[in-house]
Amino acid sequence: MQTSTLDALKKIVGPEYLLTSPEDLYCYSYDATPGHQHLPEAVVRPASTEEISKILALANSNKIPVYTRGSGTNLCADTCPTNGGIVLVTTRMNKILEIDKENLIAVAQPGVVVADLNKAVAEFGLIYPPDPGTVATATLGGTVSENAGGLRGLKYGVTKHYVMGMEVVLADGNIINCGGKNVKDVSGYDMTKLFTGAEGTLGVITKLILKVVPAPEAKKAMMAIFKNLDDAGNSVAGIISHKIIPSTLEILDNSTIRTVEDSAKVGLPLDAEAVLLIEVDGNPTVVEAEAEKVFAVLKENHAFSVQVAKNQQEVDKLWAARRAALPALSKLRPTTFCEDATVPRSQVPKFLRAVSDIAKKYNVTIGTFGHAGDGNMHPTIVCDLRIKEEMERVDKAMDEIFTTALKLNGTLSGEHGIGLGKLSWMEQQHGPILMETMRSIKRALDPNLILNPGKLVGEC
Amino acid sequence: MSNEITAKDINEHDKELLRDIEDALANCVKCGNCMAVCPIFKEVGVESGVARGKLALMEGVLKGDIPISDNFEKALGKCLSCKACAANCSSGVPADELIIRGRQAIVKARGLHPMKQKVFTLLKNRPLFDFALRMAGLFGPLGMKKLPRPMAVVARFPMPGMDKRRVLTPFAATPLRNQYPETIKVDKPKMRVAFFTGCTINYAYTDIGQSVINVLKANDVEVVMPSMQHCCGTPVFTSGDIETGKTFARHNIQTFERYDVDYIVAACGSCAEAFKFEYPKMFKDEPDMKARAEKLAKKTLEISEFLVDVVKFRKDNLGEVKATVTMHDPCHMVRGIKVTQQPREIVNAIPGIKFVEMKEPARCCGSGGSFSLANYELSRKINDRKVADIASTHADIVATSCGSCRMHITDGLVQNHQDNTQVVHVIQLLDKAYQAGKK
Ligand SMILES: Cc1cc2nc3c(=O)[nH]c(=O)nc-3n(C[C@H](O)[C@H](O)[C@H](O)COP(=O)(O)OP(=O)(O)OC[C@H]3O[C@@H](n4cnc5c(N)ncnc54)[C@H](O)[C@@H]3O)c2cc1C
Ligand code: SF4
Ligand code: SF4
Repeated sequence: MQTSTLDALKKIVGPEYLLTSPEDLYCYSYDATPGHQHLPEAVVRPASTEEISKILALANSNKIPVYTRGSGTNLCADTCPTNGGIVLVTTRMNKILEIDKENLIAVAQPGVVVADLNKAVAEFGLIYPPDPGTVATATLGGTVSENAGGLRGLKYGVTKHYVMGMEVVLADGNIINCGGKNVKDVSGYDMTKLFTGAEGTLGVITKLILKVVPAPEAKKAMMAIFKNLDDAGNSVAGIISHKIIPSTLEILDNSTIRTVEDSAKVGLPLDAEAVLLIEVDGNPTVVEAEAEKVFAVLKENHAFSVQVAKNQQEVDKLWAARRAALPALSKLRPTTFCEDATVPRSQVPKFLRAVSDIAKKYNVTIGTFGHAGDGNMHPTIVCDLRIKEEMERVDKAMDEIFTTALKLNGTLSGEHGIGLGKLSWMEQQHGPILMETMRSIKRALDPNLILNPGKLVGEC
Repeated sequence: MSNEITAKDINEHDKELLRDIEDALANCVKCGNCMAVCPIFKEVGVESGVARGKLALMEGVLKGDIPISDNFEKALGKCLSCKACAANCSSGVPADELIIRGRQAIVKARGLHPMKQKVFTLLKNRPLFDFALRMAGLFGPLGMKKLPRPMAVVARFPMPGMDKRRVLTPFAATPLRNQYPETIKVDKPKMRVAFFTGCTINYAYTDIGQSVINVLKANDVEVVMPSMQHCCGTPVFTSGDIETGKTFARHNIQTFERYDVDYIVAACGSCAEAFKFEYPKMFKDEPDMKARAEKLAKKTLEISEFLVDVVKFRKDNLGEVKATVTMHDPCHMVRGIKVTQQPREIVNAIPGIKFVEMKEPARCCGSGGSFSLANYELSRKINDRKVADIASTHADIVATSCGSCRMHITDGLVQNHQDNTQVVHVIQLLDKAYQAGKK
């Protein structure tokens, strides 16, 4: 990068907030995705929309790539600065600007950590439902741009269901505002939705108008253990067909069960083919009635055992197994790929069986857990990036997992996004015409291709 | 670039050290969980400030991508060893320890920082160290201005490496171990313990040491204070100077072995942790020393832990102490030796005390041993959060279990004009209650 550009950046953000030492650059060369690393040429930490606007205008006229970054916890290499350039970190823009109780809306800057928004609205008896595993660190800007989901996705949906409007700086530095506080708003293209899940490829979000909802008054959690995977699958179908939408409906496969049991000792039978964790929430009387029905469905479908939590302590105990899933798997080996293939929920048992066969076929360790209720599975491959031969088998296994998901009418990602990680299967899912349509949107909004180039829709 | 040593150079220098770190580093999945809890990251907001970034930098050095440079040293220096990252890491990465290992690599590659080198050389020589700190106690008052609160002074003259506003503890005119005979007898001893005083209590906070002795006596425990004991070595080995750290450890092991005692007690989480965990780890390659360290480790307890779990301290003769008390859990108590219930049990047993828990009792106060020397402004910011948390409890007294925390929080209270709040060691409250019971 030219010294004059660096000087200009320094002028915009102030010397303290431009980082250029090799060590600082190195610290922004990665995100939570294994296997991707590349050095940026500069890191900026702007404090305002105006600063971001100036940075983008400068980058655009010099055709310098810009990688917007929240906390860098994404799992698809979306913040890895693959072409060098500028990493633009939003974490200094971390103010909650307004909590509008009357309209049930929160307005916040993109660098606000999701858990902090939740803490702030909890005082008013409200929640902001999107709850990725990283709520304590991930930013609103990052979660909106990845369209993040979480455990409550089945009932409450994912991030896009809560984004009502935003302020965005476009590639050339122009600032736009789209959407707003109106619950009904059909004026024009839905630009808010377009920027949601755009993975930093179309603009930099500088302000968010978000919907919040009343916190449920009551919750009830239970855990069911199944000797047979199909019984678990039928239970999921049974619960939904009884018109019950649990807030959470999670599944762990046998390989995850054994790993969790091995490391966390939560008391799961090792021969169980699946464990379902279910939580219903809402009005206390409804919650009781729904829990009864869920219990009956589980029994009907030959659940080997069902535990219902009587108090918060027991809830915590039940959830310990789910919480331990990823950590327990990741502790097995140095490298962890937490994948995110999603299938229609009726196909969950078929998908789980396929993944388990793929693991055997390529001799790789895969544990699968995930959101059974919405079909969002996390096949988690643990391996050692440093062993080349093993990685070749992992690549093949991964390819077959995604191909299988697509064959079952599934999708590459339920919540983690595409980035670079899943780019190679995009055309398979969407076909060449849709891919070209997406690329033309990218070209229209970012003609110099400076924003997160090469990600999501690939090279344009 | 002449002062930059590349990974290749140190690779040749010390392959073993690097290979060790490499495997442990690979376990960091870069999930960023540590960002939520790292007090340094909260203030500085950049990746090099959080465990994930520091581990990445170490990986970078290992891969040969970046040299062991000044900036690398600065980044690894920005860590309080508070262990919050490790406690919150679902992958079980002991980032705090790895950062210390990284500092070891720095020391190996570039030598110790000249100022630390001077201080550690002094530290290594026990008699000289003792002499210097006693002189400081005798002549210190000339350079220090007393503040209207117990055990608090500020420097009259600027001192190198020390912010001149900073509130310190005066060095004692007579160190603790010189105030007592080596063995402090009781009438009908139930048991006999060796008291590891640590430097802070011996040379500065002698009031804590006196309380420890009073309380042990009140519970019919005979106390010996081995006169040859030396600094536990924590400040030294956390700086990466493992060899000097080992010298201290070896000296202390040899010293304490000579005494026939039932237990060794320390009144500081870090000192207790050094005996319990660090010494055995340090000698992992010396089976004989390791066995000896482990033998002592088994006998070592922090004072509250000892009083509650072993002695079952006397509660029948406790007098009233009228105060609202809150508690700060030192990092090495809560995440190091995992002792938090026992000090609370002690405080709650004292009649008259109203105990109010602060919001985040286990959050680091920002002292971090020598960290606050090198990064005073930053450590102040971290401490300001602690002080605000304390203020919201409206407590008159903050009880804690570490001299450094006591000093740093006292400084924070003075800087924030919170003049009615005192900081004491938990055991001082118990001592006070026993005194009150006698009346
Ligand atoms: C252990 C673990 C568990 C996880 N669990 C879940 C889960 O349950 N559900 C889930 O959905 N995800 C999960 N994730 C993935 C990750 O946490 C989410 O993708 C999260 O939304 C990323 O937030 P971030 O602030 O770290 O964003 P980053 O990783 O920094 O950025 C993500 C993307 O957003 C873009 N971006 C960031 N800020 C802006 C902005 N202001 N304007 C425009 N673009 C921007 C970036 O360019 C990038 O493309 C998990 C990750 C880990 C490591
Ligand atoms: S140290 Fe632990 S918590 Fe921090 S990024 Fe690495 S794995 Fe995550
Ligand atoms: S030990 Fe404490 S200060 Fe050091 S990196 Fe971990 S959390 Fe941060």
